[in-house]
Amino acid sequence: MKVIIGLIVLWPLVGFLFNGLGRNIWSKKTIAYKATGYVLASFILSIIAFLNVQAQGAITVHYFDFINTDTLKIPFDFKVDALSSLFLLVITGVGTLIHLYSTAYMKDEEAPHYARYFAYLNLFIFSMLLLVLGDNYVIMFIGWEGVGLCSYLLIGYWFTNATYNYAAKKAFVMNRIGDLGFLLAIFWLIAKLGSVSYGHVLTAESLAKLSTTDITAITLFLFIGAMGKSAQIPLYTWLPDAMAGPTPVSALIHAATMVTAGIYMITRSNILFSASEFTQHVVAIVGISTALLAATIAIKQNDIKKVLAYSTVSQLGYMFLGLGVGAYSGAVFHVITHAFFKALLFLGAGSVIHAMHHEQDIRKMGGLKSKLPITHITFLIGCIAIAGVPPFSGFFSKDEILAAAFAKSPIYWALGVVGAAMTAFYMFRLYATTFLGKFRGTDEQAHHLHESPFAMTLPLILLALASAIAGAIGIPALMGGHHWLSHQLTPIVGETKEVALSHSIEWALMGASVSIAVIALFIAVNRYKRQADGEPNTALGKFLYNKWYVDELYNNAIVQPLNKFAGFLKETIEKNIIDGAVNGTGKIVQYSARKIRLIQNGQVGYYILFIVLGIILLFLFWFNDITINRFFNNLIK
Amino acid sequence: MDTLEILFYALSAFAIVSAIMVLVSKNPIHSVLWLILVFFAISGHYIILNAQFLAIVNIIVYAGAIMVLFLFVIMLMNVQSDKEPQKKLLIKFIGVLSGGSLLILLIALVKQTAQLEGKQVLMKEGTIGLIHPLGKALFNDYVLPFEISSVLFLSAMVGAVIIGKK
Amino acid sequence: MPIQYYIFFCLTLFSIGVIGVLTRRNAIIVFMCIELMLNAVNLLLVAFSKMHNGAALQIAPGSTAGIDAQIFVFFIMVVAAAEVSVGLAIIVMMFRNTHSVDINFLNRLKN
Repeated sequence: MKVIIGLIVLWPLVGFLFNGLGRNIWSKKTIAYKATGYVLASFILSIIAFLNVQAQGAITVHYFDFINTDTLKIPFDFKVDALSSLFLLVITGVGTLIHLYSTAYMKDEEAPHYARYFAYLNLFIFSMLLLVLGDNYVIMFIGWEGVGLCSYLLIGYWFTNATYNYAAKKAFVMNRIGDLGFLLAIFWLIAKLGSVSYGHVLTAESLAKLSTTDITAITLFLFIGAMGKSAQIPLYTWLPDAMAGPTPVSALIHAATMVTAGIYMITRSNILFSASEFTQHVVAIVGISTALLAATIAIKQNDIKKVLAYSTVSQLGYMFLGLGVGAYSGAVFHVITHAFFKALLFLGAGSVIHAMHHEQDIRKMGGLKSKLPITHITFLIGCIAIAGVPPFSGFFSKDEILAAAFAKSPIYWALGVVGAAMTAFYMFRLYATTFLGKFRGTDEQAHHLHESPFAMTLPLILLALASAIAGAIGIPALMGGHHWLSHQLTPIVGETKEVALSHSIEWALMGASVSIAVIALFIAVNRYKRQADGEPNTALGKFLYNKWYVDELYNNAIVQPLNKFAGFLKETIEKNIIDGAVNGTGKIVQYSARKIRLIQNGQVGYYILFIVLGIILLFLFWFNDITINRFFNNLIK
Repeated sequence: MDTLEILFYALSAFAIVSAIMVLVSKNPIHSVLWLILVFFAISGHYIILNAQFLAIVNIIVYAGAIMVLFLFVIMLMNVQSDKEPQKKLLIKFIGVLSGGSLLILLIALVKQTAQLEGKQVLMKEGTIGLIHPLGKALFNDYVLPFEISSVLFLSAMVGAVIIGKK
Repeated sequence: MPIQYYIFFCLTLFSIGVIGVLTRRNAIIVFMCIELMLNAVNLLLVAFSKMHNGAALQIAPGSTAGIDAQIFVFFIMVVAAAEVSVGLAIIVMMFRNTHSVDINFLNRLKN
């Protein structure tokens, strides 16, 4: 088992090295096969691992001692239990499909760049696997940093464009801010408990050792880390800008895997979070606010990828809402279903973009239904899933979260339903504008419209299937199902608190949310199937179109003052003071050397004078107490 | 005070005055002459210490040979007293000061040395200054340095000749 | 005579020689002051030899303790003579090149 787990992680690393080091050697075909093959191998091994966990329960695999001192031991262990094996499946599975898709999508790149792309992608999978498999927070942090790095590398993949580089930097810096929170949490844990292993930290005894302030502080810091990685308010603005990267990257990193790292972390630490009411409130409020904020922005966006980006932010908000109200398995469920349908939507968007020759503005699309049939059907399935319409998977996961939210407070539920309605609205706005109606682009684009190659459509089909039927793993007891997922996660998150709602209320809630979503859906389709949005002409429209001016706010409040401060430091302190001191030392040495050199004037008389003076000084030093004191005493006497 | 002491003080005063005159004279030939007088005074000291051999050798070698050599060189240089440049006053002052402080320092040191309290110098008597014991010691214990000093003279002579050649 | 008197006297002569070396500019005069210093030291050595001899004679009459100092004086004179001859040769050489015996002109060691 140890070997298998190790191989799961190592195959993508080998792929990274293979493609990275050999990028000038291999042909595109070799690169494509190898990269995809490695991830596929990891997927197969993940299935084996998953079945093993089903049969034998959770295991911890020890490889070597990473840090081994008297006071702190951090071993390099992997923990394979239901939670991590599920995530393994999702990561490697969706990852394989996206690799396959990328082989066709990135076909136009040169071979070295092609290899670079796949090397980064494999490195990303490796880091994500580390994150998910680690048995302690430090290993998780290594993976955490790794995925942040790969995100930067991949967003800035087309590095010749300055805007893209800026977006990559923005992503990395915002991630870093979150990472600081994560690090502080780790330090706090080490200070209080002396260990970061899950086995030591996430137990009842450890909980007893920590005071309430400790727990609240640690969980808040962990949440800050999650905020950066999973794009919650206020650290979410990087994600829409990250759409500068290639579309498969957006699909993999910013829909299915990296952004879910925060949820994984919080689910793993659920004991800590459940012990802190305050943090749970914070998490829930931040989650629902993000969900609503992003949904409102998405309504007015015209770039196909930006809509999906804001949709991701919004759905992540839902997941955090779920975490905040204690529905851990619900959040994980939503992670899994979201991975499927969001990846599907992104890949579908990529297919559209590919067909439209890199045009991304939906106002120039329309009527693609007939030209791109497979893409159309799969995209539609994705939209229905995300809108939460039964029987597709989105309905089950979202509903579980909403039910738990209602149990906590009806306000959460109401806001959640509003958000769900907006989700349905903007998704179907997107669908209708893109696929229905008449084509609004140029004639030249119309000529080039064609369905994507098999390598791209196969993943679409598989993901559509997954989005459709994945709901089966979490059918609630209400509907006569046996919630397989929450049973799986019970060892980790504890018994799901049986939602103390009567069945009738639950049915009512479900019905309400579904009907509102369906109504919004039809309104959107009706409105947009004939024409696209014009320029926003109301104040509200402008406000939403400009993303609530948050980026501008950040720029003025934070970035500009920092730049000015850095400039001040550079000019005044660096140049004048520090350089002045360093150069001044050199100048002083030179000056004194010039002056002292004149002693060597070649005149013997001077030399002898100095000899005599030296002798006098020597005598004074050797016999100082004798000479001075006693002599002068004698003289006085 | 008995004669010995008077002699001692007189000779010392004479020597010191002559030495100062060596420094102060403008004419170098006068300086040489005053230095010869110093040597005579020191030889006088040797005699009252009963170091007869050294007294005579001092006169012969120093006052006789070395000073004559100096005189030759000075006369060869044609050094004129009125053309000789003087050092700056400041330098002279510093020189006097440092020399003076050296003197004061060393005197102070000596004054406190306990080991030198009460030691007397044997004057007028003692056989070690006579030729016989000196010769015996020189040729028995110190014959090697003696021979090497002859080699030293040889090399000095050769060196002087080589340096002096055009 | 207590030994201190001799020491003081010789120190005086020595420091006069030092002052002479520092003060005078004529190379030959400087050389002469060096000879003066050597002589002062010679006298001191002889005085010390007599001191030791005097002390030793109290204990064992007929001893020749302290004769080493006088032999040392003898060798100092030897060396002084050799040194004077070579030094004066150098000064003559210097005079031939620069037509002056001013030691301030001898600043070839400058810089």
